[in-house]
Amino acid sequence: MINSPYIRKPASVQGVMLAVLTALIPAIVVYAWQIAAVVLVNLAIATIAALAGEALVLKLRGRPLAPALSDLSAVVTAWLLALCFPPILPWWATVLGVLIAIVAVKHLYGGLGQNPFNPAMVAYCAMIVAFPALMSKWPAAGQLDFTTQLGLVLGSARELDAITSATALDTIKTGLRTAGATVQSIMSQGNFGLVSGRGWEWLAPAYALGGLYLLARGIITWHMPAAFLGALAAISAAFWAADPAHYASPLFHLASGGAMLGAFFIVTDPVSGATTPRGKLIFAASIALLAYVIRAFGSFPEGVAFAVLLLNICVPLIDMNTQPRVFGHRGDKAR
Amino acid sequence: MINRLFGFKGGVKPESHKDESSGAPIQKAPLPKRLVIPLRQSIRSTARCLVEPGQKVLKGEHIGEGEGGLGTSVHASTSGTVVEIAPYPMAHASGLETLSVVIEPDGEDRWIDHTPLDLRTVSREEALAWLRGCGIVGMGGAGFPTHVKLGGGRGIDTLVINGAECEPWITCDDRLMRERAPEVLSGAMILRELIGAKQVRVGIEDNKPEAIAAMQAAASGLGDAVAVVPVPTLYPAGGEKQLIRVLTGVEIPQGKLGTDFGVQCFNVGTAHAVHRAIRFGEPLVSRVVTLTGNVARPGNYEVLLGTQVAELLQLAGPKADTDRYLMGGPMMGTELQSLSVPVTKGTNCIISASPALFPPPPPELPCIRCGACARACPAELQPFELYWFSRAKNFGKAQEYHLFDCIECGCCAFVCPSRIPLVDYYRFAKGEIWARERERQASDLARERFEFRNFRQEREKEEKAAKLAAKAAETRAKLTESGETPAPSAEPEDPKKALVAAALARAKQQQAAVTPRNTDGLNADVQAEIADIDARREKLNQQDADKAP
Repeated sequence: MINSPYIRKPASVQGVMLAVLTALIPAIVVYAWQIAAVVLVNLAIATIAALAGEALVLKLRGRPLAPALSDLSAVVTAWLLALCFPPILPWWATVLGVLIAIVAVKHLYGGLGQNPFNPAMVAYCAMIVAFPALMSKWPAAGQLDFTTQLGLVLGSARELDAITSATALDTIKTGLRTAGATVQSIMSQGNFGLVSGRGWEWLAPAYALGGLYLLARGIITWHMPAAFLGALAAISAAFWAADPAHYASPLFHLASGGAMLGAFFIVTDPVSGATTPRGKLIFAASIALLAYVIRAFGSFPEGVAFAVLLLNICVPLIDMNTQPRVFGHRGDKAR
Repeated sequence: MINRLFGFKGGVKPESHKDESSGAPIQKAPLPKRLVIPLRQSIRSTARCLVEPGQKVLKGEHIGEGEGGLGTSVHASTSGTVVEIAPYPMAHASGLETLSVVIEPDGEDRWIDHTPLDLRTVSREEALAWLRGCGIVGMGGAGFPTHVKLGGGRGIDTLVINGAECEPWITCDDRLMRERAPEVLSGAMILRELIGAKQVRVGIEDNKPEAIAAMQAAASGLGDAVAVVPVPTLYPAGGEKQLIRVLTGVEIPQGKLGTDFGVQCFNVGTAHAVHRAIRFGEPLVSRVVTLTGNVARPGNYEVLLGTQVAELLQLAGPKADTDRYLMGGPMMGTELQSLSVPVTKGTNCIISASPALFPPPPPELPCIRCGACARACPAELQPFELYWFSRAKNFGKAQEYHLFDCIECGCCAFVCPSRIPLVDYYRFAKGEIWARERERQASDLARERFEFRNFRQEREKEEKAAKLAAKAAETRAKLTESGETPAPSAEPEDPKKALVAAALARAKQQQAAVTPRNTDGLNADVQAEIADIDARREKLNQQDADKAP
């Protein structure tokens, strides 16, 4: 027998995931048009790898294939990874990264909804630790034609060390090691645009646009993006105000690396993130602070992924200690 | 008077489906062929039957006497003959049966003599007893006796009258307010007087403009003590705690009563019934019921209590593809197990459901902790946490996360993208916790009884020995007095013997208490069982001992 309620809102996990995929489209368009069209190929490779990996594990676990494959959650992970990885990463590396995310991080912990860590971020960290050279070859926007890009991805073209550069974050980080260099002197030369890497900087507003769509649809709440971006802006502004020659501006930090992607699509992952309103603020702000510290003082150019994983560990603690007051219990002591 | 509205967090906006039946005026349902009147009409209390099979009764005649603090009277809904007194199923998810009086109507629908009550000539207690005698209980669904809710009649500032009717499909309160607004407000004024409230606030969801207009027109003659307030349409605005919050800003925690916070809330149907009971002396024998859903003629009917749903449904004409029937609304109602169940004081709506109108839920997917449920929860709980705890049978944690603050409104399950039947998990957890509580209480009781029995036996033994010793001393004294030397008999030895025996028994007991037994450190269940067996064995020994001489 079915019990009340007998009516349901036409909401589904598939609908939620589809909204996330839709929200990524502006950024994908900017990416393909401004930076490297081969990202579309990478997205396809990642999607196929994710679905194949998921199907394989489901089969091994004796679970029905259709519900899990059609919920689109694996596709979301795949797209996020394809967008995080360098666009000229060889196809096998993309496949490996996706399989780490789907097989190891998602299914070995029990599948959808059970993973304590963000699958895409674990895969990203694993890849950057395992293949540091491959993972730091980023072409400047429009530097390579599509055939070259495709050749690099499919492994048919020879590696072209000379014409690949580093990300804006990486350039600044390594540039500052030179005596006498300042953020301004580094940014005045090379592949910089208005605030960050030329071409790349346009990804940030595109991700933000998608994020606003998710906010409007009620898929995510304002807490995490606001806390993440606010904290990142605040800490970078503090260092920048103290020493603008050696610390990049808040605008640079917000427009570079995984900041916008992270704010709207990564830290907002519901499964591995904090769930209470106050918890979300603490979780996202902590990621931003940690990410900045790694960017400014760590040995990796980008810190969002590592920061997300470190905070994933803290989620049960954060949730437990930020439980909201219940109706009628406003006078009670907080737990 | 402040007319500011307060909000409550969460809530959902399901399709209202009120238009199907809201245009249909209240019609009197024809006399049914048979009435099955359950003696259980108020919460947690079954009335004592006052009639016998074969007895003729009049409409409004007392057929059940309320017992206990929560009891209220039960009346014959029409004139006729009592044909049977037997257990019949009631409308409840459990399908449990309850003792019912079956009446065959004589077709005359003849009222018993009844007179109004002049409130000016009676005390407050007499008025409450009158309501109890008229069988007035809350008609919003819970069936809580109104005289109990009226309480001490002190310290109440605001009387809230609930006309929100937030569940989809239901329109009985809407029609009642449109057609009988003066009567509803008259009842509200009586309730106000009895409870001693300063002001009355009637909350009506703003999707019922006609009802609001009718009630405001009726209220205009009553001065500014009564305010008819449109409240935003947001399920569950008609939940008692939610409506009190919206109208007064007061939040009543779980387990507390409105009276502790100077507020009390009654349904418009209850107010109407109070009006009939006081102004006309009519006991509660009928109510308005909405028949809607997958039917040819949706409508609102004044239905005699005890009318069986199957017979009532013929008025609306369920369509061929109807596969089940819901009593109450689709958010909190129950699926009827049988159509023979009768209409009771809390029956507001019967929905005929078809797979097209109420599609079966798609398969359940894993929870992704998206928090949609938390944003929809009017009790401001974290429903997904309660779900995880209930699923893991971690009931202690579920209670710590305020499981019992859940009002089972269904908002969380309504919005869940994984279509998890969340409320079922909470019902399961609550049921398990209650069952464990009962078991624990039962075993505590058994243990206490057993311990007391041991204590009593020990005491009796000691008393007996003391009495014996006293008697022996007396005899000795008597003998000494009479100058006779005591005969060398065994008698004087007896008290000594008794003392020795008692000392031995005590030593034995002490030893038993010190030596660990394999019955120590067991769980409450097993201990209760052992206690039970011990008690039985003791009883047998006692019987044997009694038989022995």
